[in-house]
Amino acid sequence: MTSPVLELRSVDKSFGPIDVLHDISLKMNEGEVLCLLGDNGAGKSTLIKTLCGVHKPTRGSILMDGAEVTFSTPREAQDKGIATVHQFGGTFPLMSIGRSFFVGVEPTKGWGPFKIYDRKKANKIAVEAVQNFGITRVDDGDRLIGGLSGGERQSLAIARAVHFGARVLILDEPTAALGVKQAAHVLRIVNEAKRRGLAVIFITHQVMHAMAVGDHFAVLIRGAIAADFRKGERTREEITDLMAGGETMADLERQIEGYADA
Amino acid sequence: MSRLSIGSLFRRPEAGAFLGMVAVIAFFLIFGGINFLKPSGIASWLNVAANIGIIAIPVGLLMIAGELDISIGSMIPAGSMIVAIMSGHYDFPIWMSIIVVLGFGVVVGFINGFLVVHTAVPSLIVTLGTLFAVAGLVLGLSVLITGTTSVSIKAPDFYKAVFGQFIGGTYQVIILWWFAVTAVYVFYIHYTKYGNWIFAIGGDRESARNAGIPTTKLTIILFILSACSAAFVGMCQALLFNSAQVSAGMSYIFNVIISVVVGGVVLTGGFGSVVGIVFGTITFAVVNQGIYFTSFDRNWSSLIIGVMLLAAVLMNNTFRSMALSYAPKKK
Ligand SMILES: Nc1ncnc2c1ncn2[C@@H]1O[C@H](COP(=O)(O)OP(=O)(O)O)[C@@H](O)[C@H]1O
Ligand SMILES: [Mg+2]
Repeated sequence: MTSPVLELRSVDKSFGPIDVLHDISLKMNEGEVLCLLGDNGAGKSTLIKTLCGVHKPTRGSILMDGAEVTFSTPREAQDKGIATVHQFGGTFPLMSIGRSFFVGVEPTKGWGPFKIYDRKKANKIAVEAVQNFGITRVDDGDRLIGGLSGGERQSLAIARAVHFGARVLILDEPTAALGVKQAAHVLRIVNEAKRRGLAVIFITHQVMHAMAVGDHFAVLIRGAIAADFRKGERTREEITDLMAGGETMADLERQIEGYADA
Repeated sequence: MSRLSIGSLFRRPEAGAFLGMVAVIAFFLIFGGINFLKPSGIASWLNVAANIGIIAIPVGLLMIAGELDISIGSMIPAGSMIVAIMSGHYDFPIWMSIIVVLGFGVVVGFINGFLVVHTAVPSLIVTLGTLFAVAGLVLGLSVLITGTTSVSIKAPDFYKAVFGQFIGGTYQVIILWWFAVTAVYVFYIHYTKYGNWIFAIGGDRESARNAGIPTTKLTIILFILSACSAAFVGMCQALLFNSAQVSAGMSYIFNVIISVVVGGVVLTGGFGSVVGIVFGTITFAVVNQGIYFTSFDRNWSSLIIGVMLLAAVLMNNTFRSMALSYAPKKK
């Protein structure tokens, strides 16, 4: 039995007097997708910010490959292979695909003070990287990020993380702003990342999207893990009810009727 | 295929600036006649362009990185006065004055950059502060040391030849400096990784830092570049005209910003080009000087510049959204 890539042990997080996360324990394995579900304000974003070095846990520990780690900056987490892709994917809309792919690690050719940014190489590698993920419509590395569709942008960001050796991929609501087709795109890429052995943490509101790719599910309610189960252990209705904060559909119907009576 | 490359050509940041430049040159050719493109006519606007252009590029780079520097307005007279007081009023060798001029640029630029990076104060306010502080310092010291606000300086031939002479009687030697620094900037901004870093900072500072870009250092360096460039221009002007005035320079703040914006730099940062800034500078200088070749009253040039600026801002936005929506046609 190999140890999980990333593990949280009894992690609490408070901001001053406000307790946001309580006693979170989670394991993320290679080649698995962990879906993090929960209502708005449940603490999902806080949880992943703790994982990727933005916040430090107030109590508890983070382990990588079984050894305890602390990240003082997002950069440190990145260097250890934890990559975060935000809702809108690329953060540099006015930069070209090739340039933004290699921000901070630009390939160069030449010598000394005359080292030239190798545009051709950057474009070629970037385009190949996304095309390997099945996004064949991206074929010109000079195109600006902002000219890509939402799904393409997400895909590019994921391809970039994988290219630079990410082992853990954190996706914060990647499908929230996308249409059905675009979302399917992104889900396919999540599957591809999983196939390549990454541990993926996938945050979403959409139960359908979660069930399509998830191997392991954790439902967060008011900062605590309310349910932690594996694929096939719960039905869609049960998951939907859990996400609604533990209230069942029947509860909701009762409440609606209650309003009607009043 | 060729349609495609023309399309992408027009989505380059300097495309609008180039069209604007062609338009104003055509306008003044029609209303001012060919004199305006004869050697003496060219000198009139090229001299103006060179003095603005050396400052406009670093200021434009700051704008691409999401910052602004208006302290250049007092760095120009500071450069003039330092060299005039040190080598005109006193008799220090010019090379020593040059070191002090550039050293003062480094100090002020560092203060600007340091404050902007380490406080949450917007760069407009920080550099407004240093604009007044430097202006006051220069005025105060000048009156204290020389008893006047205007100091004359007689530079040796060698220094005049390099920094402040008229070539062929009309072309200021600073034009050559402008060409030289432009070439260096084009190389570093568009052909090395450092340019990429500046665009990334302007796109999203936080992500740029997480990507390992030394955002703090780079921002401070850009502020130092703009302060030194302004001080350098001031120094060259003092050597050219054999005198320095405390008050010269405030109009440069507007002229430089107009040149940069007309040059296609997006005000919110992250988009622009050095060549675009050069086109913008030439456009400004042509309007500024071209009016003398026409029969119009010269006050009209301000109207043209104002309208041009507004048109440029609107055009930049359009080009920006066109660039963003660029997608190759399906075959
Ligand atoms: N920096 C912070 N300081 C104080 N409270 C915070 C901070 N960040 C998040 N919170 C609080 O933590 C709770 C969970 O927020 P968040 O993690 O963004 O939830 P989610 O992503 O699940 O919608 C919210 O009530 C929010 O107000
Ligand atoms: Mg959230």
